[in-house]
Amino acid sequence: MASKDEIFEKIQTALVDALGVDDDEVTPEATLVGDLGAESIDFLDIVFRLEKTFKISIPRGELFPEDVLTNSEYIQDGKVTEAGIAELRKRMPFADLDEFAKNPVVQDFGNLLTVADMCRFVEGKLEEAAE
Amino acid sequence: MKFAGFSRKVAGATREYEVYAMRWYWIDRFIEFESGKQAKAIKAISLAEDHLRDHFPEYPVMPKSLIIEGMAQTGGLLVCEHGSFHEKVVLAKIAKAKFHGEAFPGDTLVYTATVEYIKKDGAMVSAVAHKGDQLHAEMELVFAHLQEGHEDRTLFEPSEFLKMMRMLGAYEVGHNADGLPLMPPADLCEEE
Repeated sequence: MASKDEIFEKIQTALVDALGVDDDEVTPEATLVGDLGAESIDFLDIVFRLEKTFKISIPRGELFPEDVLTNSEYIQDGKVTEAGIAELRKRMPFADLDEFAKNPVVQDFGNLLTVADMCRFVEGKLEEAAE
Repeated sequence: MKFAGFSRKVAGATREYEVYAMRWYWIDRFIEFESGKQAKAIKAISLAEDHLRDHFPEYPVMPKSLIIEGMAQTGGLLVCEHGSFHEKVVLAKIAKAKFHGEAFPGDTLVYTATVEYIKKDGAMVSAVAHKGDQLHAEMELVFAHLQEGHEDRTLFEPSEFLKMMRMLGAYEVGHNADGLPLMPPADLCEEE
Protein backbone atom coordinates (compact mmCIF):
# COMPACT_ATOMS: atom_id res chain seq x y z
CA MET A 1 0.00 0.00 0.00
CA ALA A 2 1.14 3.55 -0.70
CA SER A 3 2.83 5.43 2.15
CA LYS A 4 1.25 8.53 3.69
CA ASP A 5 3.71 10.73 1.83
CA GLU A 6 2.89 9.08 -1.48
CA ILE A 7 -0.82 9.50 -0.82
CA PHE A 8 -0.33 13.17 -0.01
CA GLU A 9 1.74 13.77 -3.15
CA LYS A 10 -0.86 12.13 -5.37
CA ILE A 11 -3.67 14.07 -3.76
CA GLN A 12 -1.63 17.24 -4.16
CA THR A 13 -1.27 16.53 -7.90
CA ALA A 14 -5.00 15.80 -8.23
CA LEU A 15 -5.89 19.06 -6.51
CA VAL A 16 -3.38 21.10 -8.52
CA ASP A 17 -4.88 19.68 -11.74
CA ALA A 18 -8.51 20.00 -10.64
CA LEU A 19 -8.35 23.41 -9.02
CA GLY A 20 -5.54 25.14 -10.89
CA VAL A 21 -3.71 25.96 -7.64
CA ASP A 22 0.04 25.86 -6.99
CA ASP A 23 1.75 22.91 -5.29
CA ASP A 24 2.71 24.98 -2.27
CA GLU A 25 -0.88 26.04 -1.66
CA VAL A 26 -1.90 22.42 -1.14
CA THR A 27 -0.83 21.96 2.48
CA PRO A 28 -2.37 19.42 4.86
CA GLU A 29 -4.15 22.21 6.76
CA ALA A 30 -5.62 23.91 3.67
CA THR A 31 -9.39 23.74 3.41
CA LEU A 32 -10.69 22.70 0.03
CA VAL A 33 -13.37 25.36 -0.24
CA GLY A 34 -11.96 28.29 1.71
CA ASP A 35 -8.25 28.05 0.94
CA LEU A 36 -8.19 26.24 -2.40
CA GLY A 37 -11.39 27.71 -3.84
CA ALA A 38 -13.15 24.43 -4.66
CA GLU A 39 -16.73 24.80 -5.87
CA SER A 40 -19.37 22.09 -5.84
CA ILE A 41 -18.63 20.91 -9.39
CA ASP A 42 -14.95 20.59 -8.48
CA PHE A 43 -15.82 17.79 -6.06
CA LEU A 44 -17.09 15.72 -9.00
CA ASP A 45 -13.78 16.37 -10.77
CA ILE A 46 -11.69 15.67 -7.64
CA VAL A 47 -13.53 12.41 -6.97
CA PHE A 48 -12.94 11.28 -10.59
CA ARG A 49 -9.24 12.01 -10.21
CA LEU A 50 -8.92 10.23 -6.85
CA GLU A 51 -10.70 7.17 -8.22
CA LYS A 52 -8.42 7.05 -11.23
CA THR A 53 -5.20 7.76 -9.32
CA PHE A 54 -5.82 5.31 -6.48
CA LYS A 55 -8.00 2.83 -8.39
CA ILE A 56 -10.73 3.09 -5.77
CA SER A 57 -14.46 3.64 -5.96
CA ILE A 58 -15.98 6.60 -4.14
CA PRO A 59 -19.78 6.46 -4.12
CA ARG A 60 -21.60 9.78 -4.08
CA GLY A 61 -21.93 11.24 -0.60
CA GLU A 62 -19.11 9.21 0.91
CA LEU A 63 -16.51 11.97 0.96
CA PHE A 64 -19.02 14.74 1.43
CA PRO A 65 -22.30 13.46 2.95
CA GLU A 66 -24.47 16.23 1.58
CA ASP A 67 -27.62 14.17 2.16
CA VAL A 68 -27.23 14.69 5.92
CA LEU A 69 -27.34 18.45 5.41
CA THR A 70 -30.54 18.30 3.40
CA ASN A 71 -32.28 15.91 5.78
CA SER A 72 -34.78 17.82 7.96
CA GLU A 73 -34.30 15.21 10.66
CA TYR A 74 -30.76 16.51 11.21
CA ILE A 75 -31.22 20.24 10.68
CA GLN A 76 -32.91 22.79 12.90
CA ASP A 77 -32.82 26.58 12.46
CA GLY A 78 -29.93 26.39 10.02
CA LYS A 79 -27.82 24.29 12.38
CA VAL A 80 -26.96 20.61 12.47
CA THR A 81 -28.64 18.90 15.42
CA GLU A 82 -26.83 16.61 17.86
CA ALA A 83 -28.21 13.61 16.00
CA GLY A 84 -26.92 15.17 12.78
CA ILE A 85 -23.44 15.65 14.27
CA ALA A 86 -23.46 12.04 15.43
CA GLU A 87 -24.42 10.94 11.92
CA LEU A 88 -21.67 13.09 10.40
CA ARG A 89 -19.09 11.65 12.83
CA LYS A 90 -20.19 8.16 11.80
CA ARG A 91 -20.04 8.95 8.10
CA MET A 92 -16.87 11.06 8.22
CA PRO A 93 -14.45 9.31 10.58
CA PHE A 94 -11.61 10.88 8.58
CA ALA A 95 -12.62 14.46 9.46
CA ASP A 96 -12.15 16.42 12.68
CA LEU A 97 -15.62 17.70 13.48
CA ASP A 98 -14.91 19.04 17.00
CA GLU A 99 -14.53 22.67 15.99
CA PHE A 100 -17.57 22.55 13.70
CA ALA A 101 -19.65 20.88 16.44
CA LYS A 102 -19.21 23.93 18.72
CA ASN A 103 -21.34 26.06 16.39
CA PRO A 104 -22.65 23.74 13.68
CA VAL A 105 -24.03 26.25 11.19
CA VAL A 106 -24.93 24.35 8.02
CA GLN A 107 -23.39 26.99 5.77
CA ASP A 108 -20.00 26.55 7.46
CA PHE A 109 -19.94 22.84 6.78
CA GLY A 110 -18.74 23.29 3.21
CA ASN A 111 -15.53 24.79 4.48
CA LEU A 112 -14.75 21.97 6.86
CA LEU A 113 -12.87 19.50 4.71
CA THR A 114 -9.07 19.86 4.66
CA VAL A 115 -6.42 18.23 2.51
CA ALA A 116 -5.38 16.16 5.55
CA ASP A 117 -8.98 14.91 5.88
CA MET A 118 -8.90 13.88 2.25
CA CYS A 119 -5.61 12.02 2.83
CA ARG A 120 -7.16 10.14 5.77
CA PHE A 121 -10.20 9.36 3.66
CA VAL A 122 -8.06 7.85 0.89
CA GLU A 123 -5.91 5.95 3.43
CA GLY A 124 -9.14 4.42 4.79
CA LYS A 125 -10.34 3.47 1.32
CA LEU A 126 -6.99 1.84 0.48
CA GLU A 127 -6.99 -0.11 3.76
CA GLU A 128 -10.54 -1.24 3.01
CA ALA A 129 -9.48 -2.39 -0.45
CA ALA A 130 -6.45 -4.26 0.94
CA GLU A 131 -8.54 -6.28 3.42
CA MET B 1 -23.21 24.08 -24.47
CA LYS B 2 -26.36 23.61 -26.47
CA PHE B 3 -26.77 20.26 -28.12
CA ALA B 4 -30.28 20.36 -29.37
CA GLY B 5 -33.13 22.64 -30.29
CA PHE B 6 -34.43 23.99 -27.03
CA SER B 7 -38.12 23.76 -26.45
CA ARG B 8 -39.85 25.42 -23.58
CA LYS B 9 -43.34 25.40 -22.20
CA VAL B 10 -44.71 28.91 -21.94
CA ALA B 11 -46.96 29.68 -18.95
CA GLY B 12 -50.60 29.51 -19.97
CA ALA B 13 -49.84 28.03 -23.33
CA THR B 14 -51.22 24.64 -24.17
CA ARG B 15 -48.67 23.60 -26.68
CA GLU B 16 -44.97 23.29 -26.52
CA TYR B 17 -43.14 25.10 -29.24
CA GLU B 18 -39.61 25.32 -30.37
CA VAL B 19 -37.97 28.59 -29.42
CA TYR B 20 -35.23 28.22 -31.94
CA ALA B 21 -33.67 25.44 -33.88
CA MET B 22 -30.24 24.20 -33.04
CA ARG B 23 -27.65 26.12 -35.01
CA TRP B 24 -24.76 25.80 -32.63
CA TYR B 25 -22.63 23.29 -34.52
CA TRP B 26 -18.92 23.54 -34.02
CA ILE B 27 -18.03 20.22 -35.57
CA ASP B 28 -18.76 19.22 -39.15
CA ARG B 29 -18.66 15.46 -39.19
CA PHE B 30 -17.68 12.45 -37.13
CA ILE B 31 -14.97 10.32 -38.70
CA GLU B 32 -14.83 7.77 -35.88
CA PHE B 33 -17.24 6.97 -33.06
CA GLU B 34 -16.71 4.11 -30.66
CA SER B 35 -19.56 4.04 -28.17
CA GLY B 36 -18.50 4.90 -24.62
CA LYS B 37 -14.82 5.17 -25.56
CA GLN B 38 -13.65 7.57 -28.20
CA ALA B 39 -14.90 9.83 -30.97
CA LYS B 40 -13.13 11.80 -33.66
CA ALA B 41 -14.71 14.73 -35.40
CA ILE B 42 -13.46 17.21 -37.95
CA LYS B 43 -13.93 20.92 -38.08
CA ALA B 44 -13.11 22.60 -41.39
CA ILE B 45 -12.61 26.30 -40.82
CA SER B 46 -14.07 28.51 -43.52
CA LEU B 47 -13.65 32.19 -44.19
CA ALA B 48 -17.42 32.24 -44.71
CA GLU B 49 -17.96 31.85 -40.94
CA ASP B 50 -19.47 35.09 -39.78
CA HIS B 51 -17.45 35.50 -36.61
CA LEU B 52 -14.16 35.54 -38.51
CA ARG B 53 -15.10 38.92 -39.93
CA ASP B 54 -14.56 40.44 -36.49
CA HIS B 55 -12.08 37.98 -35.04
CA PHE B 56 -10.05 39.77 -36.28
CA PRO B 57 -10.61 42.34 -39.05
CA GLU B 58 -8.27 41.42 -41.93
CA TYR B 59 -6.68 38.73 -39.74
CA PRO B 60 -9.19 35.90 -39.35
CA VAL B 61 -8.29 33.48 -36.53
CA MET B 62 -10.55 30.70 -35.24
CA PRO B 63 -11.54 31.72 -31.66
CA LYS B 64 -10.19 29.30 -29.09
CA SER B 65 -13.50 29.35 -27.23
CA LEU B 66 -15.21 27.86 -30.29
CA ILE B 67 -12.52 25.20 -30.61
CA ILE B 68 -13.22 24.29 -26.97
CA GLU B 69 -16.94 24.20 -27.81
CA GLY B 70 -16.30 21.88 -30.76
CA MET B 71 -14.23 19.55 -28.60
CA ALA B 72 -16.94 19.66 -25.93
CA GLN B 73 -19.59 18.78 -28.54
CA THR B 74 -17.46 15.83 -29.66
CA GLY B 75 -17.04 14.60 -26.08
CA GLY B 76 -20.55 15.56 -24.99
CA LEU B 77 -22.23 13.56 -27.74
CA LEU B 78 -19.99 10.63 -26.87
CA VAL B 79 -21.21 10.80 -23.26
CA CYS B 80 -24.85 11.37 -24.29
CA GLU B 81 -24.82 8.43 -26.69
CA HIS B 82 -23.50 6.14 -23.97
CA GLY B 83 -26.57 6.99 -21.89
CA SER B 84 -28.89 6.51 -24.89
CA PHE B 85 -29.53 10.28 -24.76
CA HIS B 86 -31.66 9.97 -21.62
CA GLU B 87 -29.28 11.73 -19.24
CA LYS B 88 -29.30 15.51 -19.08
CA VAL B 89 -25.63 16.06 -19.87
CA VAL B 90 -24.16 19.50 -19.39
CA LEU B 91 -20.61 20.76 -19.71
CA ALA B 92 -19.79 21.55 -16.11
CA LYS B 93 -16.13 22.40 -16.14
CA ILE B 94 -13.15 22.89 -18.42
CA ALA B 95 -10.48 21.50 -16.13
CA LYS B 96 -7.70 22.11 -18.63
CA ALA B 97 -7.35 23.91 -21.94
CA LYS B 98 -3.96 24.29 -23.51
CA PHE B 99 -3.34 25.61 -27.02
CA HIS B 100 -0.19 25.26 -29.04
CA GLY B 101 -0.96 27.57 -31.94
CA GLU B 102 -3.58 29.33 -34.04
CA ALA B 103 -6.02 27.93 -36.59
CA PHE B 104 -6.96 29.85 -39.73
CA PRO B 105 -9.50 29.61 -42.57
CA GLY B 106 -8.56 26.65 -44.75
CA ASP B 107 -7.30 24.63 -41.79
CA THR B 108 -8.98 21.39 -40.81
CA LEU B 109 -8.91 20.47 -37.14
CA VAL B 110 -9.41 16.91 -35.96
CA TYR B 111 -10.85 16.62 -32.47
CA THR B 112 -10.33 13.35 -30.61
CA ALA B 113 -12.35 12.92 -27.41
CA THR B 114 -11.61 10.01 -25.11
CA VAL B 115 -13.79 8.97 -22.19
CA GLU B 116 -11.85 8.80 -18.94
CA TYR B 117 -14.89 8.02 -16.84
CA ILE B 118 -18.64 7.81 -17.20
CA LYS B 119 -20.45 7.50 -13.87
CA LYS B 120 -23.90 8.12 -12.49
CA ASP B 121 -23.06 11.72 -11.57
CA GLY B 122 -21.20 12.69 -14.71
CA ALA B 123 -18.23 12.04 -16.92
CA MET B 124 -14.72 13.15 -17.61
CA VAL B 125 -13.40 13.38 -21.13
CA SER B 126 -9.89 14.17 -22.29
CA ALA B 127 -9.64 15.66 -25.75
CA VAL B 128 -6.95 16.71 -28.17
CA ALA B 129 -7.09 18.70 -31.40
CA HIS B 130 -4.69 18.18 -34.26
CA LYS B 131 -3.96 20.37 -37.26
CA GLY B 132 -2.42 17.92 -39.69
CA ASP B 133 0.22 16.07 -37.69
CA GLN B 134 0.61 18.90 -35.21
CA LEU B 135 -0.90 18.85 -31.76
CA HIS B 136 -3.06 21.96 -31.65
CA ALA B 137 -4.88 21.81 -28.30
CA GLU B 138 -5.37 19.64 -25.20
CA MET B 139 -8.43 19.63 -22.95
CA GLU B 140 -9.91 18.00 -19.91
CA LEU B 141 -13.68 18.38 -19.75
CA VAL B 142 -16.04 17.46 -16.94
CA PHE B 143 -19.68 16.79 -17.77
CA ALA B 144 -22.40 16.57 -15.14
CA HIS B 145 -25.61 14.60 -15.31
CA LEU B 146 -28.32 16.85 -13.95
CA GLN B 147 -30.35 15.02 -11.35
CA GLU B 148 -32.27 16.21 -8.31
CA GLY B 149 -34.44 19.22 -8.93
CA HIS B 150 -34.14 19.04 -12.70
CA GLU B 151 -36.39 16.05 -13.45
CA ASP B 152 -39.12 18.07 -15.06
CA ARG B 153 -36.96 20.51 -16.96
CA THR B 154 -36.77 20.07 -20.68
CA LEU B 155 -33.24 21.09 -21.47
CA PHE B 156 -32.79 18.98 -24.54
CA GLU B 157 -35.08 17.00 -26.76
CA PRO B 158 -33.59 13.51 -27.09
CA SER B 159 -34.95 13.21 -30.62
CA GLU B 160 -32.89 16.27 -31.58
CA PHE B 161 -29.78 14.37 -30.61
CA LEU B 162 -30.72 11.70 -33.07
CA LYS B 163 -31.00 14.24 -35.88
CA MET B 164 -27.66 15.73 -34.89
CA MET B 165 -25.93 12.37 -34.70
CA ARG B 166 -27.29 11.43 -38.13
CA MET B 167 -26.36 14.75 -39.66
CA LEU B 168 -22.83 14.46 -38.31
CA GLY B 169 -22.48 10.94 -39.70
CA ALA B 170 -22.03 9.20 -36.34
CA TYR B 171 -24.13 6.20 -37.42
CA GLU B 172 -22.19 5.87 -40.67
CA VAL B 173 -18.81 5.49 -38.98
CA GLY B 174 -19.76 4.44 -35.46
CA HIS B 175 -19.58 1.09 -33.74
CA ASN B 176 -20.32 -0.21 -30.28
CA ALA B 177 -17.94 -1.90 -27.83
CA ASP B 178 -18.47 -5.25 -29.58
CA GLY B 179 -17.48 -3.82 -32.94
CA LEU B 180 -21.04 -3.94 -34.28
CA PRO B 181 -22.41 -0.93 -36.16
CA LEU B 182 -23.69 1.83 -33.93
CA MET B 183 -27.50 1.97 -33.93
CA PRO B 184 -29.75 4.76 -32.68
CA PRO B 185 -31.77 3.87 -29.55
CA ALA B 186 -35.00 2.14 -30.55
CA ASP B 187 -37.20 4.33 -28.31
CA LEU B 188 -35.95 7.50 -29.99
CA CYS B 189 -36.54 6.02 -33.44
CA GLU B 190 -40.14 5.32 -32.42
CA GLU B 191 -40.58 8.95 -31.38
CA GLU B 192 -39.64 10.16 -34.85
